[in-house]
Amino acid sequence: MKLEAHALTKRYGAHAALDGTAFETGAEARVIALLGPSGGGKSTLLRVLGCLLVPEEGSVSLDGRTLPNDEEGALAERRGNGFVFQGYNLFPHLTALQNITLPLGEVHGMSATQAEQRALELLHRLGLEGHEHKRPSQLSGGQQQRAAIARALAPKPKLLLLDEPTSALDPVMTGEVLDVIRELAEAGQSIVLATHEISFARQVADWVVFLAAGKVQESSSASDFFTKPKTELAHQYLEGLSKYR
Amino acid sequence: MSRDHSSTLRSRVLWAAVVLVAVSAVLYAMFVSVDYRWNWAGVWKYRTQFALGWLTTLGLSVAAMLVSVLLGFLLMLGARSRLEPVKLLSSGMIEIVRGSPLLVQLLIGYYIIAEALHVRYPMVAGVALLGCFHAAYLAEIFRGAVESIGASQLEAARAVGFNRSQTYRYVIIPQALRRALPGTTGQLVSLLKDSSLLSVIGIEELVQKVKVMNAASYAPLEGYLPLAVAYLILTLPLARLARKLEGRFAYET
Repeated sequence: MKLEAHALTKRYGAHAALDGTAFETGAEARVIALLGPSGGGKSTLLRVLGCLLVPEEGSVSLDGRTLPNDEEGALAERRGNGFVFQGYNLFPHLTALQNITLPLGEVHGMSATQAEQRALELLHRLGLEGHEHKRPSQLSGGQQQRAAIARALAPKPKLLLLDEPTSALDPVMTGEVLDVIRELAEAGQSIVLATHEISFARQVADWVVFLAAGKVQESSSASDFFTKPKTELAHQYLEGLSKYR
Repeated sequence: MSRDHSSTLRSRVLWAAVVLVAVSAVLYAMFVSVDYRWNWAGVWKYRTQFALGWLTTLGLSVAAMLVSVLLGFLLMLGARSRLEPVKLLSSGMIEIVRGSPLLVQLLIGYYIIAEALHVRYPMVAGVALLGCFHAAYLAEIFRGAVESIGASQLEAARAVGFNRSQTYRYVIIPQALRRALPGTTGQLVSLLKDSSLLSVIGIEELVQKVKVMNAASYAPLEGYLPLAVAYLILTLPLARLARKLEGRFAYET
């Protein structure tokens, strides 16, 4: 896929999380990593790219098609995407299985048996056999995040967007979740991933968008970015993150 | 496990008995000290009237509860509406109703509004007015519960593709319901007790019946003891039911 953004601005009160930012990716980008310091606008950009947020100014296009700027169009667009968040954001009053089947039935019009079949298939694939009927509070963080990934994947999204999916997890659970994301990437899923896991991004991403202070500083192929970053900021960021790993 | 269970049950029963005896003794001593002469025979004659009053209170309270929960829900939605006139009307009504005495609302509501609308039955007007009054409080309880649902839940609902009504139906209301339950029960108990004020618009509910009964039998206080018991028979199960429901909706967040 090819993502292009022009003059994107998104404000929260007086703070501009995205400040007239622009970038484009290569035509064949499949796993795009959004990197950069905290507070730099990664999460906001990810939400704008997935139509979860509508920018105040600017536009995004995906493979030459401009994404809608109105709430109704954005809803239709979102329904074709899958989202995974840092804090899992499962529905606490529903079981893992229901978290997946409810949107399948209500949003994507699947029959109850179809939805359940699809949900079980995904839960088992992501190693949650035996946990189908547990509520989120009865699952570990890693299990919750895998259930959240299953929920995002269930309607076969064109684009899977993950916002720092391992930031709330310990190293073991982080490994479990990264394994899952890697398998998805290898299976050909289109992914946009905001992360601090620099060595993971190096392994799976084929394109990197580097943001700081609400602006894209650099957008280049992963091999270029990791071997010879163009900006001093990116250079410092990579140095700082690889110091202890 | 079962031994534990039976021993806690036994100690609870024991303590309940001790507390009951102690409180009764204190109350009895107070009644004795003021030397009140009981005249139960006088009021016993009016037992059918008493039962009738109790049924009236029960009936109009249940009807007003239904009105208040339904209207309270609509008012909450109205106050959260994006349409300015709907929002103004709803939040204005909530504030005015909550800020003024029920007695005033009953008198104005019955003698002016109900009259203008040609509502001829005091029971209908009474149920509507009592329902409106408590709907305003319930709307605020519901609003608090709905607003306590975190932004991350709303974002998750958007992320899975729910529209606004689906978000309410599948995400907000199921979670808000549990948080609203304790406050709602308290409000419904208040409603039950407030129903006694409807005597001012000529409804012969339980308190009014007891006043008449006391006056007719020259027994100034006798009727009030069974009156209190008759209210407790309604309010205690309500509180119990709410506990049970809370347990059923319980899950960790």
